[in-house]
Amino acid sequence: MTDYILEVQNIHTFIGEFHILEGVTVQVPPGSITVLLGRNGAGKTTTLRSIIGLTPPRSGQIIFKGEVIQGRRAYHIARMGIGYVPENRIIFRDLTVAQNLQIAERQKGDLDRKADFIFTLFPDLKRLYTLPGGNLSGGQQQMLAVARALVPDNDLLLIDEPSEGLAPVIIEQMMEAIRQLSSHTTVLLVEQNFQVASRLAERYVIIEEGLSVHAGLIADLVQDRDLIKTYLGVA
Amino acid sequence: MLTYFANLSPQHRRSWGLVVAYVALLLAVSYVDFGYNTAGQTAFRGILLGMLVFMVASGLSLIFGLLDVLNFAQGAFLLIGAYVGYDVYTSLDAGTTVRFLAAIVSGVVFVGVLGAIMETGLIRPLYDRPVFQIVLTFGLAAVLLDLVERYYGPDPKQPLDPPGFLDNNFTLFDQSLSYYRLFIIFLGLTMMVGVFLLLNRTRIGIIIRAGVQDSEMVQALGINVRLIFTLVFVLGAALAALGGIALVPYQGATLEMGNQFLILAIVVIVIGGMGSYEGTAIASIVVGLTRAVAEQLSLEHFDAPVLAETSILLLMIVVLLVQPSGLFGREE
Repeated sequence: MTDYILEVQNIHTFIGEFHILEGVTVQVPPGSITVLLGRNGAGKTTTLRSIIGLTPPRSGQIIFKGEVIQGRRAYHIARMGIGYVPENRIIFRDLTVAQNLQIAERQKGDLDRKADFIFTLFPDLKRLYTLPGGNLSGGQQQMLAVARALVPDNDLLLIDEPSEGLAPVIIEQMMEAIRQLSSHTTVLLVEQNFQVASRLAERYVIIEEGLSVHAGLIADLVQDRDLIKTYLGVA
Repeated sequence: MLTYFANLSPQHRRSWGLVVAYVALLLAVSYVDFGYNTAGQTAFRGILLGMLVFMVASGLSLIFGLLDVLNFAQGAFLLIGAYVGYDVYTSLDAGTTVRFLAAIVSGVVFVGVLGAIMETGLIRPLYDRPVFQIVLTFGLAAVLLDLVERYYGPDPKQPLDPPGFLDNNFTLFDQSLSYYRLFIIFLGLTMMVGVFLLLNRTRIGIIIRAGVQDSEMVQALGINVRLIFTLVFVLGAALAALGGIALVPYQGATLEMGNQFLILAIVVIVIGGMGSYEGTAIASIVVGLTRAVAEQLSLEHFDAPVLAETSILLLMIVVLLVQPSGLFGREE
């Protein structure tokens, strides 16, 4: 048995002929928020997509809850208890908010059981319940995308750039929601906004040109201005 | 229904306006040019054709929307449905109603199984290579057509007797018509409503609609999208086969019927907007009416149905100029 709910060990992932991930290792302890940091195009999104199985790695190993999952189909991996909130949210525009949530059910009654929890985190969604997803604002769509991952019982949430393109007030709401839901489930986050990332997460992994180059506690990273400057370009 | 219109995008609301205005114009022109009875007969023929086209186009549209495959074999599904249905109908020794029902069931099941084999065995390995898929379905269409010709011979099959309970006539617009024609319209409407309910009221339907937008995301939610792909492909094939069998008592069966309806169906999904179900339904009626009126117009004025085929292609060009994504498509 390992101490980690998710272990990504030295994975290499290709998109077409492009070698995107050239050795990424990420260890996620249960009950934590871990953030993937790094510049645009470093491979953070591809790491999440490799875990969920949308761009399966060619080599390396991914272990979730003690089981090797790389090479399995994405739907199978998701059913093991991983929720995925993609970049740009990707909510279903033609479906109502209710249908966007219903489609995520893995067992009948998932949504009924989770509705109260979801509406506590995102009260707006209750009011918007019968509207098509396409009519929602960016912030509301982001809330719906996160809520959708909460419908089934997931042990791990992969959340890609939840603050992207959102107004500061909405970012605060989103952070509060992620903080609250992290007391129920483990979170692996991709976040460009270092302020947001450092306030939310306990642990970090820095990815640089497809390679994981640093990992540790956020509290230590915040002190290390040189490291931040070298890899993240922010002072 | 009210919420449907309330939630329409401005573009789609305008499309509804254009459709209503255009159909009104067609009917007005027919009335002025042909007189009341002939105009009515023409409109009836147009609606009938629209329903038949819909049976091929709905499958084409669903398959294209979800699988991103333009399935050129859709016409062959109609053809095979018609011939297998014809075969069963003529070889059974029973009343016409029983034979007709047997023809429907066997044709639909046969083509459904054929569709399942095609999707899982041939199309699935090529999902990453869309151009190859087009070539593949094109080639399959040709092969299937040849097989039908080899097996059933090149001669057209004469229309068969409609099932007994429909083998009566009624008078509409001063013309005596078989109840079977009403039955085709009824069948088309039933399918329109049935597939609409499937897409809007069932979990599978909601998954299909979500998959039309982003099948990868559906998969990441824990849904086996491949299985849904196969299901939709089989459903599309079966609908086309049903259309083919429905044609047999009306027009008989010919080797050309598959391609004729394939072209009409492609025009329909382009006009309606690729992947839009409502667009396919509305465009089927519009294309049916356009073709019928154009045919009648050219018969009245040129003594030959010269405008029939060109009219729908012209319509397609005009629609694409006014609205490049089709009437009810989504602007990307």
